[in-house]
Formats: sequence, structure tokens, C-alpha cells
Amino acid sequence: MNGVHDMGGMDGFGKVEPEPNEPMFHTEWESRVLAMVRAMGAAGAFNIDTSRYYREALPPEVYMTSSYYRKWFLGLEQNLLAKGYITAEEVAAAHAIAPAKSLKHGKFTVDQVERIMVRGQFGRTPTSPAKFKPGDRVRAKNIHPKTHTRLPRYVRGHVGTVELNLGCSVYPDTAANEAGENPQWLYTVVFDGTELWGADADPTVKISVDAFEPYLELA
Amino acid sequence: MSSKHDHHHSHDSQAHSELSEMELRVRALETILSEKGYIDPAALDAIVQAYETKIGPHNGAQVVAKAWSDPAFKQALLQDASKAVGTLGHFSRVGDHLVAVENTPQRHNMVVCTLCSCYPWEMLGLPPIWYKAAPYRSRAVKDPRGVLADFGVTLPKETEIRVWDSTAETRFLVLPMRPAGTEGWSEAQLAEIVTRDSMIGTGFPKTPGAPS
Repeated sequence: MNGVHDMGGMDGFGKVEPEPNEPMFHTEWESRVLAMVRAMGAAGAFNIDTSRYYREALPPEVYMTSSYYRKWFLGLEQNLLAKGYITAEEVAAAHAIAPAKSLKHGKFTVDQVERIMVRGQFGRTPTSPAKFKPGDRVRAKNIHPKTHTRLPRYVRGHVGTVELNLGCSVYPDTAANEAGENPQWLYTVVFDGTELWGADADPTVKISVDAFEPYLELA
Repeated sequence: MSSKHDHHHSHDSQAHSELSEMELRVRALETILSEKGYIDPAALDAIVQAYETKIGPHNGAQVVAKAWSDPAFKQALLQDASKAVGTLGHFSRVGDHLVAVENTPQRHNMVVCTLCSCYPWEMLGLPPIWYKAAPYRSRAVKDPRGVLADFGVTLPKETEIRVWDSTAETRFLVLPMRPAGTEGWSEAQLAEIVTRDSMIGTGFPKTPGAPS
């Protein structure tokens, strides 16, 4: 979706302001939100792409004015409501009312914590040969899916060069909608700054994205 | 805690009024999830504890220090970072999708996630707020020199800047250049000067001999 989360190239947000001695969490609730998102994902309530999609789908004004972990919380709540793990009545009552829905991997317990500290595996066995190879000139398609996608707007319609073939991987565009892993070849595609930002752009800058095969066509 | 909230990020503008509301809402959700038998609250404690105590930039710093010290490891790292780092036995393991990118006098690398906040957690811990906020995400791909200036970093005009937008599950670790004056240092000494920002590409390692 063409949401406000797709920020590459936008102007007006001001300077980057690192916070000296930034703590890992500013309040305790932030740490609980992080842990709930990780735990419910690991229990099988949603995959990582679905989780990202619910944050992107927050109303733009909410997205722009919420702190990072507030976005995580709101996305989690919406996600769990939409999938029937919790109900609006329960949220209002702050207690369980309805029967629980079964989780793919069951209750998340202490003995599973170590398992989720190993990063997930997204590589899958290819079912067809890769269309592109390093060195190929490719155009990022001018596409505007209404649902989750990982092709940022700022590269759409532009021509770059395939630099790496990263293998075949779970396709976020379908995984986010629970329409299957639908594995696709994934490439690092590098663009000249001037191709993306015009003739006045800094000629020493190159930008790459990781793009799934359906996002690309030979230029 | 609330004193930490007065910094100048626009997304925290409602921090004070949202605090108690958020505390209540987060507590309510945790109660519901626990009562429904989805999660054990003790498991949430353990997750938080793991992030607070076991993962952080020291993992990445160890990798960089080893690459600076051991040419065979460096070559293996640049060829297949997942495999090379996988041999080091970190608590939070990197899986299959880590790519290490080397800074040279000709090329400086910088990592961003314009779409959300993708970041090599296993190597660097949880990302800092600025990495997840609009100013960095919007400008890193369009005006990387300007962003570097916000960090007080200046590069020679002719240095190529390569920005890696983390749009899939690949995670990028910048291998900074080893500072002069560190000849003969042990890996442990070298790891001390490797900063988090130098592994994102928004900073350099500490200068040997300078106060930390």
C-alpha cells in the first residue's frame, strides 16, 4: 500500500537527532509490547509480514504521531482483533471473556524463548530458475498494490543493476495476507542516485533495495 | 523514566499524556492474552531479559574485531556472513540472511530501512530511536551526506556512498575501516573501539587514544 510508512525520499522531517545514552526501553510497557509481539508471532498468531502490514495500515495520522512501540501495540491489537484471538469486549473489559482460539504452535512458554532468539529462516527451495542474473539491467515495475509490498515507491519505474542473487525467499506480498509463502527469487538491485533523484543529485551516491522477482522487469 | 521523554523527537510529542493510557492498555492486553492461555507472562519477562542482557552491539563488535585481525575470517565474512558469524556461537543467532559490507577508502556503506525498522538485531541489539524515526528513514536514501553531517561525519567528496535499504529479510552489517594506530592490538582491544554507529555506517570507530 502507498502508506505513510514508505518514507524514502520524503522531505520536511528535519534533522536526525540521536539521543545520548538512549536506554533500550523508555518505559516498562515498551518492553512488554516488544515481548508480546514476539511471543504471539512465535505462537503462530501471525507471521512477520502480517505484523508489519498491520502497523502500516494504521491511520496515517496515528502512524505519524505515535511512538515506535505505540505503533507496535496498536498494530498488534488490530491484528489480534481481526484474527479473532481477542474481542473488542475483552479489550474494553481488560479481561478474557470469549473462549480462546487455538494457536498453531500452542501457548508461548518460557522454554521457547531460546528458540525465538534464532533468527527465522526465509529461504525456500526454488520451483523455477531465476529470471535475472548479476549485471542485468532491470526496471522496478510501476506497481501500486493496495496491500502489503516491500517495493518502496522511490524506486518504482527506475532502472538499476542486479548486483546479488539472494536466493529464493518467502514473498511478503502474499504472506502478509495469509495467501501463502509463494517463494520468489530475491535480488539486490542498485540504482544511481541521479536515476532516482534527478540530475542535480549527488553523483557519488548509489542506493540499493532488495527486490523480489515479481517487482522487476528487464530494462 | 518520564525525564527521558523530554527529548525532541516529534513522535514523542504526546508522550506524557499517552503514558498512563499506554500503561493501562498494554497491561490489559497482557492480561487478556495470559487469561486466554496464549502466553505465559514469565516468558515475556524472559524475552525482555534476553534483549536487555544478552544481545547488543558487543556481538557485532566482536565480529568486526575478528575480521580486522584474521584475514581468513574477513574473507569468509565478506563471502558469506551468515556462515562466518554462525561459527562464533552468539546467544542470538543470525540465521541465513546476513550480508557484511566493507568500507574502503573508495566506498562508504550505510544501512537504512525506509519502510519500517529492519536492523541486524542479532549483531547490534534493538535499533536506536533515530534509526526507526522519520528523519533518518526519509533522508538516508536521498541525502546521505546530509544525514552523515547530522552525526558529525564528513567524508571526502569523491568517496562513493552506498546506501543499503533493508527492504527484505537480508540484514546488513557494515565492516568499518580499521583505524591507524591499532597495530598489534588484540581482538578484545579492537572490539572496544568498534561503535554501534560504525556498524550502521553513520559513524566511525573510536580513535585510538582519544577519551571514550
